[in-house]
Amino acid sequence: MSDELLFKDIDEPGLNTLPVYEARGGYAALRKALAMTPGEVLAELEASGLRGRGGAGFQMGKKVSFLPQGSMDKYLVCNADESEPGTFKDRELMQKNPHLLIEGIVIAAHAAGTERSFIYIRGEYVLQAEMLDAALAEARDAGYLGERILGSDHSLSLVLHRGAGAYICGEETALLDSLEGKRGNPRLKPPFPANQGLYQGPTLINNVETLSTVPAITAMGGRRYAELGVETSTGTKLVSVSGHVQRPGNYEVELGIPSREIIYDLAGGPPSGQEIKCWFPGGSSAPVLTADDLDVPYDFDSLAKAGSMLGSGAIIVVDDSTPIVDLALKVAMFYRHESCGKCTPCREGTNWTVKMLERIDCGEATPMDLDIMASVQDHIIGNCLCVLGDAMAMPIGSMIAKFRGEFEAHIDAARARAEPALASAPAGEQAPLAHEAS
Amino acid sequence: MTPTPERMSGWDRSADPEKDPALIPDPATTEVPAPLRETIEAAMARYPDRHSAAIPALHAAQALHGWCSPQAIEQAACVMRVTPAYLDSVASFYDMLENRPVGRHSVYVCTNISCSLRGADALLAAIGEAAADDADFNVRSFECLGACDIAPMASVDGVYVGPLSADDVPQLLEDARSGRPVLPDKQLATRPVADPRANSEDFPPHAAEQGRSR
Repeated sequence: MSDELLFKDIDEPGLNTLPVYEARGGYAALRKALAMTPGEVLAELEASGLRGRGGAGFQMGKKVSFLPQGSMDKYLVCNADESEPGTFKDRELMQKNPHLLIEGIVIAAHAAGTERSFIYIRGEYVLQAEMLDAALAEARDAGYLGERILGSDHSLSLVLHRGAGAYICGEETALLDSLEGKRGNPRLKPPFPANQGLYQGPTLINNVETLSTVPAITAMGGRRYAELGVETSTGTKLVSVSGHVQRPGNYEVELGIPSREIIYDLAGGPPSGQEIKCWFPGGSSAPVLTADDLDVPYDFDSLAKAGSMLGSGAIIVVDDSTPIVDLALKVAMFYRHESCGKCTPCREGTNWTVKMLERIDCGEATPMDLDIMASVQDHIIGNCLCVLGDAMAMPIGSMIAKFRGEFEAHIDAARARAEPALASAPAGEQAPLAHEAS
Repeated sequence: MTPTPERMSGWDRSADPEKDPALIPDPATTEVPAPLRETIEAAMARYPDRHSAAIPALHAAQALHGWCSPQAIEQAACVMRVTPAYLDSVASFYDMLENRPVGRHSVYVCTNISCSLRGADALLAAIGEAAADDADFNVRSFECLGACDIAPMASVDGVYVGPLSADDVPQLLEDARSGRPVLPDKQLATRPVADPRANSEDFPPHAAEQGRSR
């Protein structure tokens, strides 16, 4: 991979410190950006076609341009609450190359005309927060942060804010509530954060990887960056590969390469003797794809066309030794726990999906329950303030659609096991759970 | 200060309707340890709105008291000039803020998809069993910790270690007990990006079996 932008020299010892970062060209892009007007920097971002790396895939340049002009309290917030199951790319960037993120934030703040910025990092990332804290102190001392950065008229304060463990805080408006010191409940949109975000001020929110790409775009120019990847998915992407693969880890790839190359050539494929049953292309919120979809190019639009999404760029591979009902239950239990409870379809839908899957597993379900469960998913999608409920409904719906036969066989087998036990169990006692026998 | 040893937040126990809701604690009668006060005041100074310091304040109060006890909440509320109920509403939302007394060593075992495919549920059971008689340990499942590359893994007092097997459990607990670095060879901090050797050799043949059991 000669085209590494974000992972260039990533394992070089001391890259997290300012001297090493500077020695390999760090903060040169910031100097270049400060010599340009905010409009010129923004034009490069727009020309790059860079799409948000956090999940939604919205064009970053466009997002910046939505912020109102003029002097007012505007904010930039870096979403470092990486908590989509299967995703661990931002962790690597913050731990090993924190100055890259800081440089990206300063440049983006210059383009957006904001003077206050925040990094919201998930509370579990202790080491990464320490690395960032140390890098922030170095950057402040060197004049890359603070008043009149490097003698320009651009000033920026940057505060590192640690969360305390809540998946929902990765959702941008819940993150803002959490950053304001409240429970992390999503807000009704519109108004969008670009108009009314943190402390009611216009706010630009971007993911760690998105902001870490900004220095490279500034250095090489938006047009040249856009030559990487494919037309509607430009550039490189960090992909976290995990699950049933031989070499789990983070890989930087050019968008548009066949998914098979990531899963087999880079991550080594499933352990020998096993075949891929299904895979999540973009975290556990993405509808599952099967072995038939391995040749789909790994980019935003191709994955959408295949019925799934690139999401946060996290591939989770599941091999054929795993029952689909177990997988569905894991997914549903996670979203049930993490639902903030504000919207009824999500709160109740995640809860009932778990209950129905448990019934399937212990032999109390009939094939009709599959249709009910599928309809519950349909009723969640699009009916809540945020997409947490959808994030369960989409993968569960796709599992029912693609593995219906296995669900039905599971129901039948569990019933066959449970019924004799039910008949012989003393009154009032629960029959043994099916998974004890499986 | 409330002498109650334990208080459950949320729906589990209703508040006493006979009593008036607690007001912002009176600084004259509320004792707050100086280091805690300084930490919280420094946090409030970082934000345009002091309420933003709620999570940092609760992290600090929990570090001092071991959990978000009524006393911890009251001290933080006193410094922040908010009601205890406000901080309680925040503390009860987040998984890392404890609403009941817990052991001082936290062991979060990730049991999300990627980890459970590699045997996390069996690992959680093994750690839970080994630490069952030790009140110093707070062993719980936690999802998703964002370290699927070292699955199955755990965060021991904030330090990520993995991939773990049942054989690592005694050493893990012993290291935490004695304050030594936990399983230094298995710490995430030392792992290169996409280590070509990572997990490839130690992908346990029985992982699929473990993944199946819950």
